[in-house]
Amino acid sequence: MSHNDHSMRTPMGKVRYLGSAKSGTTHVWHQRLTAYALLPLSIFFVILILSLIGKDYNSARAILAAPYVSILILLFIGSGIYHMQLGMRVIIEDYVHAHGSKTALLVANTFFSVCIGISAAYAVLKLSLA
Amino acid sequence: MSDSTSTTKSPESRRPMSPHLQIYRPMLTMMMSIIHRITGAGLYFGTLLLAWWLIAAATDAKSYMFINDLLTSFVGRIILLGYTWALFHHMMGGIRHFIWDTGRGLDHPEREYLAQASLIASIGLTLFVWILAYLLR
Repeated sequence: MSHNDHSMRTPMGKVRYLGSAKSGTTHVWHQRLTAYALLPLSIFFVILILSLIGKDYNSARAILAAPYVSILILLFIGSGIYHMQLGMRVIIEDYVHAHGSKTALLVANTFFSVCIGISAAYAVLKLSLA
Repeated sequence: MSDSTSTTKSPESRRPMSPHLQIYRPMLTMMMSIIHRITGAGLYFGTLLLAWWLIAAATDAKSYMFINDLLTSFVGRIILLGYTWALFHHMMGGIRHFIWDTGRGLDHPEREYLAQASLIASIGLTLFVWILAYLLR
């Protein structure tokens, strides 16, 4: 960043990481990339839930533990968690302007997303590898 | 640390901020935009249910039947119905964004048709899945 002597950003803006941090395109691209993945994966997930209707525990477990089902659920969780973390980040940045609460919420957003993602992925792995 | 500067009423801090919903006359496209955001936030917190359900399935029959009874209760079904619609509405909104990404569908009246189509499709798909769910019961 120091190579840019003609930047329009003020020194204070740079210190506070305000304005372009040159990662906006990556954010949008990753948001779209996960969206492309989530379109078929969400349809798969709805079909999976439908296939579990009326099943007792053992047959539901057998379906969830099948390798291709587990792999698809893991992909669904992975892309879904990343997609929602990116989306919630934008919501926070749009509505929360006080520096302290914005930072706190952005941290909470990542913590929540990672906790949910790891918990769900752990459950799927426990099911299929048990 | 910048709280002191953000609370002072400089002209910059009082300028209108995006998306500034209170100012514009409500239109279908803007309502669809905010509903896309609301459904996204709903799905975000809905992952708590997904994780809980998966953990219950990985634990034992008792935990799995407990959450199943909870989700198939009257309140549970209302929540799942909302969850289904939120998923499909956000999905249709996403497809609309894919179309816009190619530079198409941004003009009048295409954008109105797209907004109407995604609303109809999200409601239709939700009804379809729930009718299927009741038939499979």
